[in-house]
Parts: sequence; C-alpha cells; structure tokens
Amino acid sequence: MTDRRNIDIPRLTAHYRTMARIRAFEEAAEQASKDGLVTGAVHLSIGQEGIASGVCANLTADDQITTTHRGHGHCIAKGTDPGAMMLELFGREGGTCGGKGGSMHIADFKVGMLGANGVVAAGIPIAVGAAHGAKLQGSNRVVVCFFGDGAINRGPFLEGLNWATIFRLPVLFVCESNGFASTTRTDAVTGGPGPVARAEALGVRAQEVDGNDVLAVDEAVAACVERMRAGGGPEFLLARTYRLKGHTASDPAPYRPADEVEARWAEDPKAAVARTLADAGVDVAAIDAEAKAEIDGAVATANAAGFPAPERAYDDIQDIGAPAWAS
Amino acid sequence: MGQLTYIEASARALAEEMRRDPKVWALGEDLGRGGVFGQYKGLVEEFGPDRIADTPISEATIMGAATGAALVGTRPVVEMRFSDFALCAVDELVNQAAKARFMFGGQARVPLVVRQPIGMWRSSAAQHSQSLEAWYVHIPGLVVVCPATPADNHGLLKAAIRADDPVVYMEHKGLWPLTGEVPDDPDPDHLVPLGKARVAREGGDVTIVTWSRSVHTALEAAALAEARDVSVEVIDLRTLWPWDQEAVFESVKRTGRLLVAQEAVQVGGFGAEVAASAAEALGRDLKAPVRRVGSPRAPIAYARPLEQLLEISPERLAEAAVDLVRGAVAA
Repeated sequence: MTDRRNIDIPRLTAHYRTMARIRAFEEAAEQASKDGLVTGAVHLSIGQEGIASGVCANLTADDQITTTHRGHGHCIAKGTDPGAMMLELFGREGGTCGGKGGSMHIADFKVGMLGANGVVAAGIPIAVGAAHGAKLQGSNRVVVCFFGDGAINRGPFLEGLNWATIFRLPVLFVCESNGFASTTRTDAVTGGPGPVARAEALGVRAQEVDGNDVLAVDEAVAACVERMRAGGGPEFLLARTYRLKGHTASDPAPYRPADEVEARWAEDPKAAVARTLADAGVDVAAIDAEAKAEIDGAVATANAAGFPAPERAYDDIQDIGAPAWAS
Repeated sequence: MGQLTYIEASARALAEEMRRDPKVWALGEDLGRGGVFGQYKGLVEEFGPDRIADTPISEATIMGAATGAALVGTRPVVEMRFSDFALCAVDELVNQAAKARFMFGGQARVPLVVRQPIGMWRSSAAQHSQSLEAWYVHIPGLVVVCPATPADNHGLLKAAIRADDPVVYMEHKGLWPLTGEVPDDPDPDHLVPLGKARVAREGGDVTIVTWSRSVHTALEAAALAEARDVSVEVIDLRTLWPWDQEAVFESVKRTGRLLVAQEAVQVGGFGAEVAASAAEALGRDLKAPVRRVGSPRAPIAYARPLEQLLEISPERLAEAAVDLVRGAVAA
C-alpha cells in the first residue's frame, strides 16, 4: 500500500466499497456458473479490482470506457447496476442488454460504458473512435480503454495507439497485465521489452504502476486524466496485477504451481485495502456484508426473472432488411 | 438533370450530405488528395481535414474507429479503397459494427457507410479485383448496396449515409468513368430507397437479375438476344441486402425464366440466393430451370487475356438467355 501517513481514508473507503462490490459480484458469478445458472463463459477479474476502482474513480459520468471479456469490474466501477449485470449473465429480461449479450457483451451507454468485447484487442479501435468522435464533437470527455497483456500482440494495439497519437486523442490505454494470455504465460509469447516500450515507440506517454495498489492507480490516473483534458493526447498505463482465478470460471488453472498462486493471494489488493482501513478504524466487515447483500439480492432477482420473449431474437438487428418474426 | 460520371455522382452525394448534416464525416487513406480514385476530390477544401480525414494505412482501425465514433453519435463514411483491403477489417465490420446494436440490446446504433470498391479493372490481379458482396449479405446487421449507374451512385449513397444501419457500399471500379443523368444539385428528394430494384430494360421472355457492372453486360446481352428474337428483361437489384424479391418474383412470374448474372465467383455467390429463392417460391411457374452465370472459382489473373476469361461477356449471357427460351441443354 502507498505511504500510509498521507492516506485519504474516505477516498480509500470508497475504493474499498467498489472493490468489495466487484469481488462479491465475481464470487457470485463464479458460483452461479458452477451451479449451471450462468450458461455462458464467465471471465473473473478477482484480484484485479484495484485497477477498475482506481481508474474509474477519476472519470465523470460523461467519460467513456471500453472493456474486455474480463470486464465486470470495470462496469461496476463505472456505475453499471450489478443487478442488471447479473440479469444479463443469467440471460434474463431486464439485463443490461436484455439478455442478448451475456457476460462478454455487457454495455451500459447511459453511464458511458461502451461495451465489453469477446475479441481480444477489439475494444482498442472502438475506444480510439469514441475519442475521435469526442474531438469532432468538441467535447472534453475522455475515454479509457481497458485490455489485458495478451492484447498487445494483436495488430489493433499497434494501429490504435498510433492513431491516438497522430490525432492527439484523449484516450487512456490501461493494460491490465495479469500474467496470462488465456492459459499461456504472456511472457512466453511476447517479444521485446514489453508494453511500456511498445507504447512509447508509438508516441504514447506511458508509465507503469502497481495495479494491486488502488491508491497508486488512482494517483497515476488522476494525472493522466488532467493532462488529457488539457489536450495532451493519449496516455498509457501498465498496471501489473495477477489473475487469481483461471481464464474462465470453469478453468482450474492447473498450469501454474500452487505456491505461486498462494503467494499471489497474499498480495490480494482487496485484503490489502481492508488491512489499512481496519487500522484506521473503518468497519470493513460492514462494507463486505453490504456488498454481499446487494449481490445476493441480484442473484435472487436474476434467478427469478423471466427469459427474454422469443421475438427479441429478431429485434434490434437492423432497420433496413430486418428479419421477420414468425412464431 | 445534368450529366455526371459515376465517380462525380458519389462525390456530389457525399458533399450534399456533409452540408446537410454536420455529423457526417469521412475517413480513409489519401482522402486529402481526393482518394485513390478521386472520389473525394475537392471535399477537403470545402470541409477541412477534420471531416475529410487522412488516416494511416490501418484498415482495422479505420473501421474500428469509425464504429466507435458512430457509437458516440457521429456518422462516418469509411473508405476502404478496395474491397480486398477491407478484409483486414473484417473483425471490426462483422463482429463489431454489424452486431453492436443487437448484442447491446438496442442501446446503440452504428450509422456508418463503408465504401468498398469491387470488381475486375485494368489488370488489377488477385488482390485488387474481387467482388465479395456475398460475404456481407451473409452477415445479419449489414445492408449491402451495389450501385450500377451514376444516378444510383448519387441517390443510393445519400440513402446509405442517412440510414442508421451499417451499410456496405460497393462501387465498381470499372464504372468510375461511366456518364449518366443525375438530378441537379441540390435535390434533397433524390434518395434512391435501399432495397428497391430497378427494371433496367423491359422484356417478356426471360428475366436477367444482376447488379453492379454486370447490369451493363446484361443490357448488351439483351440487345444481342433481341436480334435473335428473344426479349430479355433486365433487373438491376441495386441493393443485395435487403433484395427486392417482390420485383424479381413479379418479373419471373411473367417471363417464366430466370437467369442470374454476377461478376463474382459463382460458387456460393449471391446469385445462388436469388436462384434458390426463386426456385422455392416459383418453381412450379417456371418454364425452364433457373440458370446462373458467374465467374469460375479461380483467383483473378493479371494477364489481360486470362482476366477476360473470367468475366461474364454479353455473348455468354445472351447465349444463356436464348438457351433458356429455346430449351437448349446448358453446355
């Protein structure tokens, strides 16, 4: 944890509340997946909550984000209702996307959440375009693009960062480096000196931060956002963390040694914040209980909700040439 | 009405729409110098480099950034240069732009036009000549347009820009210099509706359904067939998705014979969809089996004589039309 002498306890408490809600959501999603209630793939961000909270705490309601298949935490941190998200995971009516997208396609445009994505690195050009749109519209909103360390080996990474530089766009690229590209260690498949060097080579101001330290992320992003709003162009943040769970909820991740995982659990960013807050006299158990109650309610609601009406399979495809619904 | 080329008609359409709606902008490689074929000539001078944006050679991000910019309320016109190059942006078009509205439960629209010039043209060889329209017809969420005349390249492009759906807009490179009547600027009412076919020539014995440059090949074929006392009706589909089944079926019911002509590879082409649909709907009314004429399943060769082997010629089409009427067995 950052230097404890100058910690802003109310701000850290707010972070803890966000992280606790994300953790509770992810644990419930994992269980619901194991119980067969969530039928599609679920990619958990357990252990990465500090990045989501640290970044999104610096955004206004007008600012926008794109995220990935591992994006539940970013959605919650940006303000999406976990109840609507759980309905979406269950494929039910009332979900963020009416049950038509699922975990990998959660979007919530009213809070500036422009969509998760099932294709690695595909959110990068979209985020860049959202920022390009902001520039054309004369808006001072900024866009944050979350992606993982596996994404830096796809072409859109190079293209998107170059684009953001030449058009001087307000995009913060956040590379959550959790060590794994699916079930492969990212280091084993990545050449060169890494994400920061790649970003700098494309003209993007880049820095590395401990992604497990929410206040370090918060502080770094505050400065990035300030520079972007002043017209400074794109920024890149490499946030080092660790994926405490498997690639999906059904991946036991036997490809990594138990002692490695145990050591990483000892660095759990949520537990670290809890210790600091407890030392400062904050009732973290109450925050955890509140988060759990909210998410338990979301699961109960989702489990009781109906599936989308059959005709919804045919709507919102296109205006011109849409298929006809035939019951 | 004035005379314009197919290429000038598209530039006028874009300029009119950009004047009408400040949300419309164009992006792609070399647009500041008019674009690779001159489709954007004069536009940067009027609209400036923000709205006629020069981009890096980054097809995936041209398409992906346009998708993002469309999601936040702008209306991009994307230039892909050649439909062959647009293959570098298939994820962004097929997985992102086409599906965002549906996947997100209707929260957002992706109102963009992606221009993908198609077709054999001046020994352009295997990576600059393809007609890949059928690929996009297969993708739910997309509208696919293939204009054949200057008037349509004006009216259809304007309609495409005003549509709230992602539109794949496929101009034929061989048609750029074609001259024809286009309504005078500004005629805000000159919008050719998407999904409506055009009867390019009336006839009574056989219906040729086609699109893009092949419309002109079919018209030449119709003249050749007429000299042999076979009356050919030519239907220009204009839009491949949605396609005008009503117009096609009405004509085929009347003539009793259907010939589908396409420059694209015949196997798995859009002509197969037209043929199958007509056979399903009208099989009992047909006087002859449905016939297709298209390109062999071969990459397009550079050498002009080899390239020409793959083209559908007026003679081949006329022969097929006459065969359909006279009952000759296909070769």
